[in-house]
Amino acid sequence: MKTLSRLYIGLILFFLYAPVLVMIVFSFNSSSSVWVFEGFSTEWYTGLLSDDVMITALGHTLIIAALSAVISTVLGTAAAVGIMAIRNKFAKKAIMGTTNIPMMNADIVTGISLMLLFIFIGKLIGLSESLGFVTVLIAHITFNLPYVILSVMPKLKQTDANLHEAALDLGCTPVKAFFKVILPSISTGIVTGLIMSFTLSLDDFVISYFTCGHYQTLPIIIYNMTKKSVTPDTYALSTIIFIVIFALLILYNMLSSKNESKALKRRV
Amino acid sequence: MNKKSFGNKLIACPYIVWSAIFIIVPLVIMVYFALTDANGTFTLANLASLGRYKKAFAISIVYALIATVITLLIAYPMAYFMTKLKIRSQKMIMLIVMLPMWMNFLIRTYSWITILANTGIINSFLQKLGLGPVKLINTPGAVILGMVYDFLPYMILPIYSVMSKIDNSLLEASDDLGANAFNKFKRVIFPLSRPGVISGITMVFVPSVSTFYISQKLGGNKTMLVGDTIEYFFNLGPDYYNVASAISLILMVLIMVSLFVMNKFSDSDDGGVII
Amino acid sequence: MKKILTFLLCLTLLFSFSGCSYYSYQYFDLDLKGKYTKDLAGTSLTVYNWGEYISDGSYDMLNVNAEFEKLTGIKVNYLTFESNETMYSQIKSGGVSYDIIIPSDYMIERLIKEKELLEIDTAKISNYSLIEEKYKNVFFDPKNKYSVPYSVGMVGIIYNTAQVGNDIDHSWGVLWDKKYKDMTLNFNNPRDAFMTAQMYLGQDLNSTNKKDWDKAADLLKKGKNNLQSYVMDEVYGKMETGEAAIAPYYAGDYLTMYEVNEDLAFFYPQEGTNIFIDSICIPRSCKNYDAALMYINFLLEPQIATANAEYIGYASPNTAVINNPDYYYYKNEILYPDEKDIPKVQYYHDIADEIRMHYEMLWCDVKLY
Repeated sequence: MKTLSRLYIGLILFFLYAPVLVMIVFSFNSSSSVWVFEGFSTEWYTGLLSDDVMITALGHTLIIAALSAVISTVLGTAAAVGIMAIRNKFAKKAIMGTTNIPMMNADIVTGISLMLLFIFIGKLIGLSESLGFVTVLIAHITFNLPYVILSVMPKLKQTDANLHEAALDLGCTPVKAFFKVILPSISTGIVTGLIMSFTLSLDDFVISYFTCGHYQTLPIIIYNMTKKSVTPDTYALSTIIFIVIFALLILYNMLSSKNESKALKRRV
Repeated sequence: MNKKSFGNKLIACPYIVWSAIFIIVPLVIMVYFALTDANGTFTLANLASLGRYKKAFAISIVYALIATVITLLIAYPMAYFMTKLKIRSQKMIMLIVMLPMWMNFLIRTYSWITILANTGIINSFLQKLGLGPVKLINTPGAVILGMVYDFLPYMILPIYSVMSKIDNSLLEASDDLGANAFNKFKRVIFPLSRPGVISGITMVFVPSVSTFYISQKLGGNKTMLVGDTIEYFFNLGPDYYNVASAISLILMVLIMVSLFVMNKFSDSDDGGVII
Repeated sequence: MKKILTFLLCLTLLFSFSGCSYYSYQYFDLDLKGKYTKDLAGTSLTVYNWGEYISDGSYDMLNVNAEFEKLTGIKVNYLTFESNETMYSQIKSGGVSYDIIIPSDYMIERLIKEKELLEIDTAKISNYSLIEEKYKNVFFDPKNKYSVPYSVGMVGIIYNTAQVGNDIDHSWGVLWDKKYKDMTLNFNNPRDAFMTAQMYLGQDLNSTNKKDWDKAADLLKKGKNNLQSYVMDEVYGKMETGEAAIAPYYAGDYLTMYEVNEDLAFFYPQEGTNIFIDSICIPRSCKNYDAALMYINFLLEPQIATANAEYIGYASPNTAVINNPDYYYYKNEILYPDEKDIPKVQYYHDIADEIRMHYEMLWCDVKLY
């Protein structure tokens, strides 16, 4: 049974990684084809450095992902705390219902509705160009927010209210009590929200497609490339991204397990 | 004072304003477009004309349902087996499962062309074995495969996260009470993992039913799913914003209805999505 | 000095070894400094063009936009589209602005009608005189106020002789021939796809009779099962690798594919075909008009136009290119057929909205069939 289950896990992982493997192999292709492998070469990696379009787009993607993750984490955490304080059941339900919409809805519907809004506003104030950096940032914050709220909320619910009261009794101001007592206990939720936002933003294609205008992010460039003949440089870039993330994750995993064993030791 | 409030409700205000402007208003505008003609006068003609695209809806739903079922069948044992591993390996495998999600899904989908094409990896391999080329790409099967592939992690993760929280003592108790493996699954594991299954299903079904990239690349542009239809019309210009909005509106209603139905099966009270 | 030059030459030869070094033209001597000022340096110019439609520095060829930036200090923001309709929807959405667009004839006709284009002062474009007379004052812009021809071409059928042999009917009928089931491609945009059926049926491409379009749609539905897929620029990969064997596409692209796969051959179908002119225009949303004029003039420079013509492989309307014996496609019989070999051709015209929307909807029916 044990070997069988391992085999199964292995098989699924293979399925998940087969295209990634193909991508890595073809990023080293010496010809410009991603269909026929003709020989080993690293020319696509060196060529990447001089590919302005790709590098610019990568920059855009990282800027949008970082900004939208930070903004939506701050806004979302505040929202989660605030929503918890709302006593009116109906109001609470209405707010949570609205929060769920961008998460539940199809990306294409979110993207199109935002595009219609931006164009509408742009026409209203007479802009010749209503889509761009600001709109794609707004769009990303909007679809990140629910994920932040939903990862912070459960942590807030788990937090012992007595702790907060104890802090107040001991003379903390409410603000100080929040930062000293509440924030540490919900920090994992906040970090999860932040990471999730960053990831979602990094990978988003559909919503950006409708809202980015000339501020093209990497997925948009890749989309345009897959419309003609994809060359291995796209694969090379993806391979680099893959390896960086892989390394970061391993590092994160190692650090967190180290911390865990430390914490365990302390408890013992 | 509410026992569980740690702060002032006013700090939710920025968010509430934000969500009103960027969630509610856009949808109102979309509904407005769906219910007006190019001159802005009220009409139901857009909605009435949607009969023409009923096949797009039908195949989108069918493909998405098939993809969801297959993903569930693959992911459930996967999640279960994962919980049987050592905690450290569990964490590692979780990361490995999530890792492809950080890579652009367009690229991952595109790589499947290299694998499935007539001159692709599988077919060249078959050819070496002396077997004729099999038509894999540009078929409904390839589109469904793309959906399964792209959204599989969305199914594995919620099921796994729920399952890993199942208290082991419950399983031991059921052993002690003499339950066989099947009964243990039916009475303990499955009911407890249901919230994960529910959120997994919604997280796979919704993007599958509304996709427009997978069908274009792996289906050879030979059919139009709802997402493709919406994209096609939006790319023809403002003449078609009304009909495209109408299709989007119906798609949204469809999704909301299916979520509502799914929620009926779920015990969770905050919307059913557990990640 | 000579040593350094030789060394450089060796280097370039070395690097171009794996790439395509078959282009004859020398680009080292690009010297236009006297002709362009840096007055507009620091401004930017947004160019919206077809995909694969400019020499972009690959294959060791000239990078047109980079050269323009170097020469004028103007930053070129280059974006691409894959069909006239996509371009049109972007222009009309009001969400984005462009300084230069390069649509085709019928789309220019439509944009002029809808007052989306700015007039181009050809007096300020010194190279305008290089444009061949027959491409001036054409139907879509009879007074030549809004457009400057960029390239011209015709649609034909590309086929892989290794897969279907040399003995192939020179007719649109091959797309419906059961012999070639799952081997053929067709255009993934309504106007061109309908053209293939309309030509086969012997219709007028600009028919104002809805029934004609219905008939063409029926034919497309009938042929859909025979088809491998609908493509636009994906056609390169599919034809070059032998994934597909027969595809209707633009003649110039055939020449590009042929450089990769010599099994490919080409014909103009006997029923006739579509001819098009893609021209440079300045849309209403233009923010940098003077830079746009400068860019147009730059595109018409003999060296630049030749580089572009060699890169994209389409026929050029520029006399400095056509009459240049060093031009790679000089007197190429596919691009510049003799008078007697020119197939029966029809231009697309802008069609009344009602008819256009009729076939744009029919396209959905074909896809959903």
